[in-house]
Amino acid sequence: MPSTYTLISSNVLTGSAASVTFSAIPSTYTDLVLRISARTARAAVVDRIQVNVNSLTTAIYSMRGLLGDGSTASSNSDSAQTFANFVYTNGNTTTSNTFSTTELYLPNYAGSTNKVMSVVGATEDNATANYEYAGAHLIGTTSAISSITLTGLVSSFVSGSSFYLYGIKNS
Amino acid sequence: MPATYEPIATTTLGSATKSITFSSIASSWTDLRIVLVGTIQTAADYIEITFNGSTTGYSWTRMSGDGSAAASGRITSNTKWVPNFPLAGSTTVPMLITTDIFSYAGSTFKTGLMETSADLNGSGLVIRGVGLWQNTAAITSVKLEVQTYNFNTGTTATLYGIKNA
Repeated sequence: MPSTYTLISSNVLTGSAASVTFSAIPSTYTDLVLRISARTARAAVVDRIQVNVNSLTTAIYSMRGLLGDGSTASSNSDSAQTFANFVYTNGNTTTSNTFSTTELYLPNYAGSTNKVMSVVGATEDNATANYEYAGAHLIGTTSAISSITLTGLVSSFVSGSSFYLYGIKNS
Repeated sequence: MPATYEPIATTTLGSATKSITFSSIASSWTDLRIVLVGTIQTAADYIEITFNGSTTGYSWTRMSGDGSAAASGRITSNTKWVPNFPLAGSTTVPMLITTDIFSYAGSTFKTGLMETSADLNGSGLVIRGVGLWQNTAAITSVKLEVQTYNFNTGTTATLYGIKNA
């Protein structure tokens, strides 16, 4: 039986990188899952990962988010943005050797409707404020997603950051 | 090597349909996952999840964000789970609902994790919830139903089985 949950590609950084791109994504799966463990060089507790699909940088990205920082729950939103925003990651003032945990789920990524993306994740630190977050994203493209680019919003990803792209088939 | 994450069944609607049912679910996996992507005939409608045709013993706790405020709530002693409560959905923009049901074939009460992602480019909700079904029977069927109207054509629901060994 063909595999349902298949690793398409991975990238574990051995040096810093401003961005990571998965390209030539085949359209043979039903959904995509991107699992990220990352940290950037930003001199702060938190940075964000900017997500673009198919190199699209027009104002087609929007989101609703839910955020908890250990004392307060809040919600944020964004619309008409040039990238999928508010995907949080560890900055460089968090505990050393500590990376965020994030999963992006893109159902029906090769279909002909606008694309939905679900995000869940947490920045990790045994000290100051950290975030547990969930996001509902809409990407206004009806094209099949064939590439995904992840960019540190403020600073580059550091060595040890890892990115795994999986394809899921529903039959 | 046996499949760890296996599609059990999938349905893509060719016409507007009120409910989608997965039945005769074998007990051979450990957990179940339902992935629903689609739209509904009216945005002001609820999507309900029930098991084995039962309408008793459901409760859930959820948190939601609408882009400006976070909220939390709990429903007890209900006839179903409602993953898109408070109202989330659209007649044209796809919504994603994933529901994980753990140890679905075991002899204890059933727990689930529900995630609803419905950004509508200027409105919408993100919802995360945990559910309890107070029934010790193995789950052999799952029904996804729109409370008042229908799922639209093109809506897809897939049931996956996950094995822990």
